[in-house]
Amino acid sequence: MFSITTRVIEPRALEEAVRTKDGGIVTFLGVVRDDDGEGRRVTGLSYEAFSALAEREFETIADEAGRRFGDVRIAIVHRVGELRVGEIAVAVLASAVHRGTAFDACRYAIDELKRRAPIWKKEHYADGSAQWRAGGG
Amino acid sequence: MLAFARLRELVGGLERSLSVPSGARVEDAWSALVRIFPALADERDTTRIARNGRLGSFDDLLTDGDEIALLPPVGGG
Repeated sequence: MFSITTRVIEPRALEEAVRTKDGGIVTFLGVVRDDDGEGRRVTGLSYEAFSALAEREFETIADEAGRRFGDVRIAIVHRVGELRVGEIAVAVLASAVHRGTAFDACRYAIDELKRRAPIWKKEHYADGSAQWRAGGG
Repeated sequence: MLAFARLRELVGGLERSLSVPSGARVEDAWSALVRIFPALADERDTTRIARNGRLGSFDDLLTDGDEIALLPPVGGG
């Protein structure tokens, strides 16, 4: 499952969706933080995406992870719209027979998503100002 | 043309139609947009292009009805 969604992300449903017969599932959840890493208090984030391209990029990243690390099922879901502190912005799940493959594939997928996927984040601060933030996360 | 995030705000909307002469490239459409929104000029080096939903380049030749998306530096996750 590779999608951009406006809905609340439900990790348990995604775990069921990627689950293979036996082995391990690694779940990474990106959660909205209350600071920007530079001392400013964040009250919420706005995310937007070029959905068609982003979903295709998710699939490409998952294919790459499979080639690098072995047989793995991956789900990537990123939420867009207005998110509050503590809400899940992104979920990356990797299911494989061996945990090493699942951990490696999950790490690869979230790192590449942050680097490549056409998704943008605007931070809203406690003082009422706001700013688009590239990279990091 | 589609513009996202910071670029969307600079051009005042997600979507805008532009007419360019036949034989024009994405670069020409960009230049036409910069004439309308001069603040865009500074964004040229950090902007990536998608043409009809696939990553492209400023050198791509345009054909009638192309959808060009302007992508500022990404920040998902």
